[in-house]
Amino acid sequence: MTEGRKILGSIGLGILTIFVIVAVLAPHIAPYDPHQMYRPMEHPSSRHLLGTNDIGNDILSEIIYGTRVSLFIAFIVSAISMLVGTSLGLIAGYFDKLGFLIMRVVDIFLTIPRLPLIIIIAASMRPSIWNLIAIFLIFGWTMTARIIRSEVLTLRTRYYIDATKMIGGGDFYILWRHILPNVIPLVVVQFIMEAIHVILAESGLSFLGLGDPVARSWGMVLHYAFECPIIYVSDVWMWWMLPPGLCIVFTVLGLTFVGYALEETLDPRLKNPAYGREL
Amino acid sequence: MSVIEISDLKTYFPTKDGIVRAVDRIDLSIHERETIGLIGETGCGKTVLGLTLMRLLHPTTTVEGTIMYGGKNLLKISEAEMRLIRGEAIAMILQNPTTSLNPVMRVGEQIAEAIRLHQGLNRRDAKEKAVEMLDAVRIPLPHKRVGEYPHEFSGGMKQRVMIAMGLACNPSFIIADEPTKGLDVTIKAQIIELLRETTPDKAMLLITHDLDVARELCDRIAIMYAGELVECAPTDEIFEDPLHPYTRGFLGSLPRNGLVPIPGMSPSLINLPDGCRFHPRCADAKETCQKKHPEMIEVECGHFVRCFDA
Repeated sequence: MTEGRKILGSIGLGILTIFVIVAVLAPHIAPYDPHQMYRPMEHPSSRHLLGTNDIGNDILSEIIYGTRVSLFIAFIVSAISMLVGTSLGLIAGYFDKLGFLIMRVVDIFLTIPRLPLIIIIAASMRPSIWNLIAIFLIFGWTMTARIIRSEVLTLRTRYYIDATKMIGGGDFYILWRHILPNVIPLVVVQFIMEAIHVILAESGLSFLGLGDPVARSWGMVLHYAFECPIIYVSDVWMWWMLPPGLCIVFTVLGLTFVGYALEETLDPRLKNPAYGREL
Repeated sequence: MSVIEISDLKTYFPTKDGIVRAVDRIDLSIHERETIGLIGETGCGKTVLGLTLMRLLHPTTTVEGTIMYGGKNLLKISEAEMRLIRGEAIAMILQNPTTSLNPVMRVGEQIAEAIRLHQGLNRRDAKEKAVEMLDAVRIPLPHKRVGEYPHEFSGGMKQRVMIAMGLACNPSFIIADEPTKGLDVTIKAQIIELLRETTPDKAMLLITHDLDVARELCDRIAIMYAGELVECAPTDEIFEDPLHPYTRGFLGSLPRNGLVPIPGMSPSLINLPDGCRFHPRCADAKETCQKKHPEMIEVECGHFVRCFDA
């Protein structure tokens, strides 16, 4: 890995580690229960580091607990999407007829504009984290399935696949033992891409008020902040709006950096910057 | 006793330009402990014959004839039964060792695969067996090498690994598809030596276009031209008394025999010439050669040739 990518990758990994630790240890780190009410609209002080919101919740605690919600949704959706997308991609790439069917379904999903439809579905369902997860899952697997399939299409023509057939390996044995390990790097990068997408989409939906009002994610904190007209006319935005926004930005940045660093393992040509220019 | 008996085997590929007759009416039986060299130019159907025996061709291929092995016709049994035979009873050693090994899998695991698939050994026993196999193919420090990846091996060593993979389940019949392709002379000699040492008790079909390799290893040699066998005889007879003009041309094209090329090109397997398939390139072709297709005849005991002149 080139030096620049290495450094960025480490920074990204550092940022993500911090957020994950915060999410896991939220009850120990947060100074207050995020649902506990104190005096509303307090400015930052030693008692409330980021002040309190319009109904008196401690904003810092709210954001710390929000890390849990945002990361949980992103992780669950990405993990399940990868599981489904990779399985279907493997099958679609290896078995021609099934692959044709699966790819037509993927085509349909890919032609539908994702975000508007997600908004429509979310608006028509009762807002809860599980519904959000379900909505993201509907679309999450499609791109992965397509990418994995195209990789499998080339992998299955390799000689070592023939060699495995020659020692009596069956189709599923070949998929599991020989093709899957070769697509894992792709799956990892897709996982990161999906996580970025879900964090942004979830924040967007919550910001629009379509998120879970009980399990407050960063987007939901923003939503409540923007519903309060006072943030437009006073300094309140500095501790109410800015921190959750920055959390979203840094999480996405951390994921992007890690993805950028891993990109090179997928495309070794990136190691030599001169390669592209010579063409 | 013959281990495998091929009779009237035809492998045709339907394409949009016509039918490719890659293997056409081949009869061949291979006896116990015998090595047969299958020799021919690139594209004459040698590898297709090997793949036909393993039944690993594309499903649209039409295969006719019989391949008798262990009392069963391999063309009639189910895919599940065939899978039990592949690797366990019949093994194929592939050409291109560099691309025939999975780059993300340890060499030991790849050797152990066949054993684990067929004999259900656990991971540790299979690994021990892999070490044993690496040692058998003369790879130094097998205990250390067993955990390494293919890119840590040289070309010759990868070919040894391929041989170890083929021999892992102790098959009774081995198809070796150009095992010396792309190796330099010293390594080639080592691989030939290794094949000789490790397979004395096995029947082997050695596919190659290297006559010297065949001379070193084979008891009999079958010469293939445009999808069919044109001559089949004990090795010494092929070299001392070649009867088919193609065999003579092939021998004459060797560097030490003057590097005389055979005129013309081998025919397309879609548009085969009428009569003898070799007549357009044959110096001694007569009128009958253009009209009638010659059959294999036994001119001497064990020496078969497909030519009117012989």
